Amino acid sequence: MADETTDTERRKAWMSLLAKAPEADLLDLWRAYGTAPAFDWLRAPEAGGVMVRGRLGGTGAPFNLGEMTVTRCSLSLQDGTVGHAYVQGRSKPKAEAAALIDALMQTGAAAEIQGRILAPLGNLMADRTKTRAAKAAATKVDFFTMVRGDNA
Amino acid sequence: MYVAVKGGERAIDNAHAWLAEERRGDLSVAEMSIAQIREQLSLAVNRVMAEGSLYDPDLAALAIKQSRGDLIEAIFLIRAYRTTLPRFGATVPVETGEMRCDRRISATFKEAPGGQVLGPTFDYTHRLLDFKLAAEGEPATAPQSEGRTDPTPHITGFLQGEDLIQTEPRDETEPRDITRQPMSYPADRATRAQALARGDEGFVLSLAYSTQRGYAKNHAFVGELRIGLVDVEMEIPELGFSIDIGEVQLTECETVNQFAGSKTEPPQFTRGYGLVFGQTERKAISMALVDRALRWEELGEDFKGAPAQDEEFVLSHCDNIQATGFLEHIKLPHYVDFQSELELVRKMRREAADNAAAQEAAQ
Repeated sequence: MADETTDTERRKAWMSLLAKAPEADLLDLWRAYGTAPAFDWLRAPEAGGVMVRGRLGGTGAPFNLGEMTVTRCSLSLQDGTVGHAYVQGRSKPKAEAAALIDALMQTGAAAEIQGRILAPLGNLMADRTKTRAAKAAATKVDFFTMVRGDNA
Repeated sequence: MYVAVKGGERAIDNAHAWLAEERRGDLSVAEMSIAQIREQLSLAVNRVMAEGSLYDPDLAALAIKQSRGDLIEAIFLIRAYRTTLPRFGATVPVETGEMRCDRRISATFKEAPGGQVLGPTFDYTHRLLDFKLAAEGEPATAPQSEGRTDPTPHITGFLQGEDLIQTEPRDETEPRDITRQPMSYPADRATRAQALARGDEGFVLSLAYSTQRGYAKNHAFVGELRIGLVDVEMEIPELGFSIDIGEVQLTECETVNQFAGSKTEPPQFTRGYGLVFGQTERKAISMALVDRALRWEELGEDFKGAPAQDEEFVLSHCDNIQATGFLEHIKLPHYVDFQSELELVRKMRREAADNAAAQEAAQ
């Protein structure tokens, strides 16, 4: 049971990473991986909308903020392993690559996919996040108090 | 009598061909790419996403190009496109407390934990035209320092600790969706929030301004304004668990407003809330002020007859696509309607003249 939870957590992590990955970065790494496994579509890539919700006051009742575009697909490898993808945007190639990676991560190829695709992708995205945070930090105001009058 | 009129096909085709040519402009000037619009006119892209109510920067950039920069026309294109998308579901509400903030300021607490982070703001610029931008050249690299890795706490959390401000109790009520169910009144606060989040920036701004000038006065402080990226999580039915399906940039504004109290409750600050797609702070602040003004009944305040307090007035006029659709349709052919009006006026004039003649004859 503990293993199952861990497996779910791991899958959740890679699927989330793939969903948020910039299309160009993901496709570059996928092409560089160089293997195109045979598969059958269970659900061909389809673009759609998802209603994004917020909470009133940040913490209160949910409300509908607006939609975002998402592309989803499902496929099965020759050995029957099923891969799913729900990725941001309208790119069918991105969804296909994400679903193939999701499937391969459940096979013996997992370590290689992790090392050659997911880890470098995660690093790229983490670097960008870090750079934005560093630029934001440089715009933080340092207050200083001016001495008033001459009663110093 | 209904008279069908045919014709105009050639004129329409030719008008559209000329539109395409005018859109492209002088051929000796390089054509803009969608990526250029997305990257370099990003605040226009943000407005189109917010009011088009669809987060997709590339589509918004395309719409801006197609509309020749007419943002309401671009919003119209996005609204039309979004109706063609199958709906996959709704997300788990975003956690703005986990936002990776580019900007985060508070007008109420100087020493707010997490600090006053200005971000890429126009504030404190001198609003002088920068002619350097007319010449080509790359900007200097923005300085960096040690960035936060922890989430930035919400300011209202500190006031809540002392019970000085109303809480926003967590609740899991399924919100009404105005894209699926027609609006009806009275509307609840969640429904109003959806309409305001996609409402016209200019309209919401003007209403918010009216509350500052004394119509439904409820003096607002910007308790917090934050802009940044948040993860968007959704339950995936075929998996049986949730994943992040993307990340969106949001602007969130929380206002702290004058207190309400009663015989049973001690005075407390009240709040207004704005949340909008993209870096759109004018809109988010405006939304928070209007949200607060519309809460008069819930907070036991008087209806002062101010437009910003009138839910039906605000919600039925804040949508610029509804507004422009109705407004602009009057320029389209109304020949038959007008013909009947013309007949009527002629008839009334004839009758008036006949009556006058009859009276004269009688005298």
